[in-house]
Amino acid sequence: MSDSDMVGRPAAPGASTGGARGGVASKTAPEAPISSTAPGKGGPSTKKTPPAEPTPAAKVVTRPGDKIFKTLTVGSGVFVVAMIVLIGVFLLIQAIPSLVDNDANFLFSRVWDAEPPDLAFGVLDLLLVTVFSSVFALLIAMPVSLGIALFLTQYAPRRLARPFAYLVDLLAAVPSIIYGLWGAYVLAPALAPISTWLNENLGWIPLFATGSSNLAIGQTIFTAGIVLAVMLLPIITAISREVFDRTPSMQIEGALALGATKWEVVRTTVLPFGKAGYISASMLGLGRALGETIAVLIILSSTNQNFGFSLFDGGDTIASKIARAAQEFNDPRGAGAYIAAGLVLFILTFVVNAFARSIIAGHKEYE
Amino acid sequence: MAKRIDVKDLNLYYGKFHAVDSVSLAVPPHSVTAFIGPSGCGKSTVLRSLNRMHEVIPGARAEGKVLLDGEDVYASSVDPVSVRRTIGMVFQRPNPFPTMSIRDNVVAGLKLAGERDKRKLDRVAEEALRGANLWAEVKDRLNRPGGGLSGGQQQRLCIARAIAVRPDVLLMDEPCSALDPISTLAIEDLIGELKKDYTIVIVTHNMQQAARVSDQTAFFNLAGVGQPGRLVEVDDTERIFSNPGQKATEDYISGRFG
Repeated sequence: MSDSDMVGRPAAPGASTGGARGGVASKTAPEAPISSTAPGKGGPSTKKTPPAEPTPAAKVVTRPGDKIFKTLTVGSGVFVVAMIVLIGVFLLIQAIPSLVDNDANFLFSRVWDAEPPDLAFGVLDLLLVTVFSSVFALLIAMPVSLGIALFLTQYAPRRLARPFAYLVDLLAAVPSIIYGLWGAYVLAPALAPISTWLNENLGWIPLFATGSSNLAIGQTIFTAGIVLAVMLLPIITAISREVFDRTPSMQIEGALALGATKWEVVRTTVLPFGKAGYISASMLGLGRALGETIAVLIILSSTNQNFGFSLFDGGDTIASKIARAAQEFNDPRGAGAYIAAGLVLFILTFVVNAFARSIIAGHKEYE
Repeated sequence: MAKRIDVKDLNLYYGKFHAVDSVSLAVPPHSVTAFIGPSGCGKSTVLRSLNRMHEVIPGARAEGKVLLDGEDVYASSVDPVSVRRTIGMVFQRPNPFPTMSIRDNVVAGLKLAGERDKRKLDRVAEEALRGANLWAEVKDRLNRPGGGLSGGQQQRLCIARAIAVRPDVLLMDEPCSALDPISTLAIEDLIGELKKDYTIVIVTHNMQQAARVSDQTAFFNLAGVGQPGRLVEVDDTERIFSNPGQKATEDYISGRFG
């Protein structure tokens, strides 16, 4: 802004001295003041050299309101960045001493012994359970959210769509401890017959193999994943719904005029238009699932066995492992082991979210 | 092939609002009919009702008859989707599908109709693009997105998309209003060629355009503020612009009207 001001303002004296612009300036003399009042239109005036003496009008007036507001907004922006950096630095500082003392390979070991003095901990098992349960939740939540979002934007009558959307948004407001309780005491036993059937009939698939958790009680990744999926629904639905709603109506009419049915309109215009938003919404949901703590903590049974890639395993995610141990942190090096695991989670969610953002940014051209 | 349209006592509504009052007119095959009139007089609404696009707006409905070679497109047994496949439409602003290539845009309608034969699709794409006078400009970049074309090219792409399904009628809703004069001229020339194969109805705000491209002209007007729009008169374009039957028409085309 200030650059173009500097360029634009001196145009008025430039017109009076004439020389720099040559014949054009003298012929179009009445136009010169007009171009000087429109500082944005650099065009021809940027080429000529501004006269040496600065005009008094060139001084930019800054009012106190602008100054305060600018300071506030810049401050807020810097604050957020500083917070993230500080959290990362905190995690690093706390984790490094324990990592140095670690007798096991942190990234590839599946044991977890964070009892000083002999630290031997690896994050692999926790990481696998975290990613596995979150991806499982995402696989359930994605199609259902897509269905809800399309129903709300394309199929539901307007009178119904509004309260229904509100209801879905309310799901996001339910505290995760409530989801955890519901999952552990209502859903888990209710799923027992289904998981038993899956285990008996499809047990040859590793996914449904007998795991470390008792199916009758149902404290499995299967249960946790379904609860996580319910928690993801409102996040993915809300963003997808907004993206689908913004499909340009002239696109929709173009498809209709070609003789497209409702579904074909959705397929040719709404879905391509909203694809990027939907995928990034799902990634944001995944970020949420990766970090979900209390619901997983309540639902999953602890185990000493290694994670075997079965939905009927118990185990711990990174977040639930930390939460389980947090009350007993009495030694900084023991705590450091958990904080190192937290650092992995931090980086993981960071990467997932960055990936989601990059998808949104890459598809701007269609909006 | 080009078919004739007969509109009989067509009343159009948006919810409770009566938008167009009792329109009757006939459009002969292989002709260009222009709808002119002030903004809000219902000419676009009438146009959109011809291929049942009017009713896609929530609450909108139509009463009366639109006969396509004698068959009522509003008959209860008629599927609006099939009506739109036989009556193509071009919109005010070019609206190619941004995620599709130029070729896929042109054959989008055929694909919707279930055509899968790649060679036939390629052939139709070329025919339609030639028909829309766009082939020479895009033949080397058929697989590039349609959104990369200029506004005038995009509009011709939309015309190619509309004629690729070989409709009986082509409706155009102010097809040049978003275009520069050169692109406008290209489209107007194209309209003159297209009427060999299609029956064309065009809505335009540009009276010179109506005079240049159309064989007959229908003048629409509002009876008053809040009143429904109505058809004032329809006649040969030459007569409308030289010696119209109604005073309101004369006032409008000579610019003595808001």
